[in-house]
Amino acid sequence: MSKKVLMKGNEAIAEAAIASGCLHYFGYPITPQTEISEYLAKRMPKVGGLCLQAESEVAAINMVMGAAAAGSRVLTSSSSPGISLKSEGISYIAGCDLPCLIVNVQRGGPGLGGIQPSQSDYYQATRGVGHGDLRLIVLAPSSVQEMASLTMEAFDLGDTYRMPVMLLADGALGQMMEPVDFDAFQKRDVPDKMWAANGHGGKRKKNIINSLYIDPKELEDSVVERYEKYSRIEKNEVKYEEFMTDDAEIVLVAFGITARICKSAVAAAREAGIKLGLLRPITLWPFPKDAVSSIADKAKAIISVEMSMGQMIDDVRLAADGKCPVYFYGRTGGMIPSVEAIFDRAKEISESI
Amino acid sequence: MKTVFESPRALSDVPLHYCPGCTHGIVHRLVAEVIDELGIENRTVGVAPVGCSVFAYNYFECDMIQAAHGRAPAVATGVKRTHPDSVVFTYQGDGDLAAIGTAETVHASTRGENITIIFINNAIYGMTGGQMAPTTIPGQVTTTSPYGRDRSIQGSPIKVCEMLSTLDGVALAARTAVDNPKNVISTKKMIKKAFENQLEGKGLSIVEILSTCPTNWGMTPKAALEWLRENMTTYYPLGVYKDAEAIR
Repeated sequence: MSKKVLMKGNEAIAEAAIASGCLHYFGYPITPQTEISEYLAKRMPKVGGLCLQAESEVAAINMVMGAAAAGSRVLTSSSSPGISLKSEGISYIAGCDLPCLIVNVQRGGPGLGGIQPSQSDYYQATRGVGHGDLRLIVLAPSSVQEMASLTMEAFDLGDTYRMPVMLLADGALGQMMEPVDFDAFQKRDVPDKMWAANGHGGKRKKNIINSLYIDPKELEDSVVERYEKYSRIEKNEVKYEEFMTDDAEIVLVAFGITARICKSAVAAAREAGIKLGLLRPITLWPFPKDAVSSIADKAKAIISVEMSMGQMIDDVRLAADGKCPVYFYGRTGGMIPSVEAIFDRAKEISESI
Repeated sequence: MKTVFESPRALSDVPLHYCPGCTHGIVHRLVAEVIDELGIENRTVGVAPVGCSVFAYNYFECDMIQAAHGRAPAVATGVKRTHPDSVVFTYQGDGDLAAIGTAETVHASTRGENITIIFINNAIYGMTGGQMAPTTIPGQVTTTSPYGRDRSIQGSPIKVCEMLSTLDGVALAARTAVDNPKNVISTKKMIKKAFENQLEGKGLSIVEILSTCPTNWGMTPKAALEWLRENMTTYYPLGVYKDAEAIR
């Protein structure tokens, strides 16, 4: 029998990292994710690990790069403005094919924004985190349990594909408490890190961790090879949850904490006789394109519900490909959509189509 | 036949890309000789910067990592903290270490990261073609200080060894030059001490090496060495600024 523990979402990430064998954390304090640092500052010394507070987000992500380059499982976490600062390092990490986990417990933006929960870093996570042709695997938990299990999955995914993974959470998930079962996770077999730069020991040729290619053809080749890997991920690693979509005429698409609220809106709509369903992307990249496309084949309308001005809706529209109309409902700046507001929007749309 | 001269094992047998008269080559050789003499190549990880020495990852036979501009001390921290038995050095120029990477330099120093920093100060940005560096001396003409560095506009240069010697985490801060055989020998001694300090767990050691950039200074290699002696060693006096006993 596995044991459930009541924990904050941020603490669940931290404990899950240790459970995954990640004994190295580098970070910088920022609300609303600082509990990750604080938890690890207490726990790491007791498990023979290291929690080091860096002088900046920039330094923290580069410490992550060094640790990852040397072959260690490594974690950093931050919130939106801090992720912007880490972008440079994330690009280098992607260009060097290094695995690591970057947690973004999102808050409102732009600029210093606010400290309340948000999902307005969707573009950044799936499109624009760092310069160059690159992707991150982006996982979106919607419960404290998933904060833990997707953290563990993220480390395995990173090691499997030799690339950085982002856990895209939000301030609500970070702060709320729910029971977590740390055993509810199937570990993957991951390859040995023969490429790591940690001293050749006289047993192999030297390893070089590098993202520089002066010859444009060589750079193109390296990027094309990485994109072949991205294609395999798009084929094999898409994750999503469907809720009452079988007979749904209108389908909400929402991730993270917003998907939780949407589930209640679906229940309310069903009681009112509206055939509402929910598709919850768990991987934001790779985005569940085929699932959205199938929904678009049979539903009368899709509503993208987000805690932003509408960012994921671009991916929803691309996947729906004009097969059904895609509407939007969102709140931003740290405001959280209410069940009633989502219900009202769905009702309004159901009456108009 | 007796061997009287050979290339250090830790130095890769490849052509270096450096300009004629540039002193990077000398310093590369000294670092490689020290790695050989200490027998540490097997467990050494070098961190290359962005700048003229960006390709340093091709020139040393140990494992190498190429870091983002200025971030080498943070990357080195990540390697050393997760692999304490490794020997970690960074090789950085003045723009990398004393401009864009100032925060990483200062904080790795104050934490007393047990690493070795080889710092090349040639008072100019070499790779991008001769722009003003944080170490460009007052009056020095560069492409971005075409009328000479004016303290009232561009401020004063950073004296890195003097600054870092105030920090408790620093075990060794020494400034040397490689403008003549005597200084080459003393530079090697300091580099060796900087690695030995790491092996003894003493904290961060930095060796700042005054270097020439004939190409971007617009001088012959010989004139560049003379300019270095007349202008750089007066603004940046050679010497040991800090040599602490075990402090951690």
